[in-house]
Amino acid sequence: MTIQFNEETFRDDYTFKNSDWAIKRFPFPFHEDSYMYAVNMEQHRGGPDGSVYEKRFDVDEHYVAEMKDRAMVLNDDPLRCQSLPHMTLAGWDLLELIMVSKSEDYPDLFELHRDGDQWHWINKPLGIDDKFTFMDETTLPYGPMEYITRQTQGDFCVLDQRDDNLWMDAGIVTTQADWSLDFDIGMNFFEWHAPVPLAHEKGIFVRALKFLLNIQQGSPARRLNWTMTVNPLLDTSPENYHKWGVQKTTLTPENIGEKQHLRVELQTFFRLPRSNALVFPIRCYLCSFQDLMTVPKWGRRLHRVIRDLPVELATYKGFIDNRPMMLDYLSKFDDGKPTSDGIWPDLETEPALEK
Amino acid sequence: MSKFKFPESIKSRPVYGTLEPRAGKAHLFVADAEGAEAILDVAKADKDLVANAHIIYIPKNTGDTYVKKLEALKPQQMYVGPSYAASVTRLQRTLADAHMGLQVYLTGTEGLMGQAMLEATNAGIPYTAIQTEHRGSVARRMQCVHCKGITEDVIMDPFVCSHCGLNLFVRDHYSRRLAAYQGVCIDAEDPGNVPEAVELYK
Repeated sequence: MTIQFNEETFRDDYTFKNSDWAIKRFPFPFHEDSYMYAVNMEQHRGGPDGSVYEKRFDVDEHYVAEMKDRAMVLNDDPLRCQSLPHMTLAGWDLLELIMVSKSEDYPDLFELHRDGDQWHWINKPLGIDDKFTFMDETTLPYGPMEYITRQTQGDFCVLDQRDDNLWMDAGIVTTQADWSLDFDIGMNFFEWHAPVPLAHEKGIFVRALKFLLNIQQGSPARRLNWTMTVNPLLDTSPENYHKWGVQKTTLTPENIGEKQHLRVELQTFFRLPRSNALVFPIRCYLCSFQDLMTVPKWGRRLHRVIRDLPVELATYKGFIDNRPMMLDYLSKFDDGKPTSDGIWPDLETEPALEK
Repeated sequence: MSKFKFPESIKSRPVYGTLEPRAGKAHLFVADAEGAEAILDVAKADKDLVANAHIIYIPKNTGDTYVKKLEALKPQQMYVGPSYAASVTRLQRTLADAHMGLQVYLTGTEGLMGQAMLEATNAGIPYTAIQTEHRGSVARRMQCVHCKGITEDVIMDPFVCSHCGLNLFVRDHYSRRLAAYQGVCIDAEDPGNVPEAVELYK
């Protein structure tokens, strides 16, 4: 299909909106009626037609608007994109991976023509047509990682692998769930995850690291993660928390359906060929509560998950104060009926809400 | 009493040990304030080691308390500086001139150890090969995550950022690259509602 790109904003007047298509393909992160941390990794080898899993780097109706928002964030704070000096080669690896994947997966939107190291890249949605020399930084307007990730939805962490650990040595981070690349750059896997509660004690990070260290070229992996955001604000950065934090207090029983968004991260992991680095794209999808409630299964399940979530997680994810109001709203969409396994909406087979 | 047992914390928070003599071709001590006591303890264990060492010492509020005692160890080189900032170019030069086999010992406040470790790692020494021992004040070097300004010797939580004036709470999340803990606005969701400041670990 041809994608109609939305004109919309993720700040100020918040005109962001999901079409029916985007709602039905939203990566709902709960495969059962409860949630706890797990090493929920699977192969990233496609998925159902039209789902966010289908392509290596999903492009959706928000693409152009998200790239405009990223450019604004970087203009205000260039430290959101950093690469330690030894990571440039990994940046070229990433540029190649994205250009090859997008031109193969979306030939109507992206073209890559290569003649030796003379490359020609055409990005139709963003109106970019650039010729450059592969591995020659002077022929691009930005470093290779920044150049390509200014054209790709999602945050990107590029992880160096050494000493049996992964090191956050480069990245572009403008749609983050409240963590700072500028603070965390240079840290190892355990250090940058240090503030996460409960998961260390459960051995989650030790097992996850073991898995990630062994990811091979051509065999990417993926998992979903989630949090909550009031208003469809992409840039929930700690840097600007003193500006956006107060928005959390604007929820009312009347506006919660429209303002409260479930924020889902599709995290993927690709081994890079020359540098042996691991690239970790974190793609953010937002969906308002009222749009989620159009899928009866998701309405039932979201209520149960939020109701039963441990206090530590609700606190860490930043919605402990708003949880009672969320539950008042969500309980109207839970009639107590059982739900089918898995994350998919199952609109044809799940019963309508009886309440 | 210059020793303090830090409570268990998250995995980005540095853990300090006790300095012990290690075989090496050269020895560099960087210390501030009560850190001098840790150097004196090393000298008790191995007098010759310290006599072959280079000591960079910043007394801070301890004044002359330890300077004569350190001089009495007759280190090969000794520098007493008025501040870390004043001594850092000397430290950089020392590290630039260093050869394989240098042992680095850092002791005193967390801010001093963190900043000197950053210089040492910038010079190519792995952080895991550097010995540290905390002594003296438990104040922290804090970075404001909002304006990026550093506030030195923070002992109260919350505190006011010395650059942008926001009310920040003290996190245990620590960056070796910045040699600082992270300070985050405490009243973002309820402006003006700032709890009374409490001394760290009290």
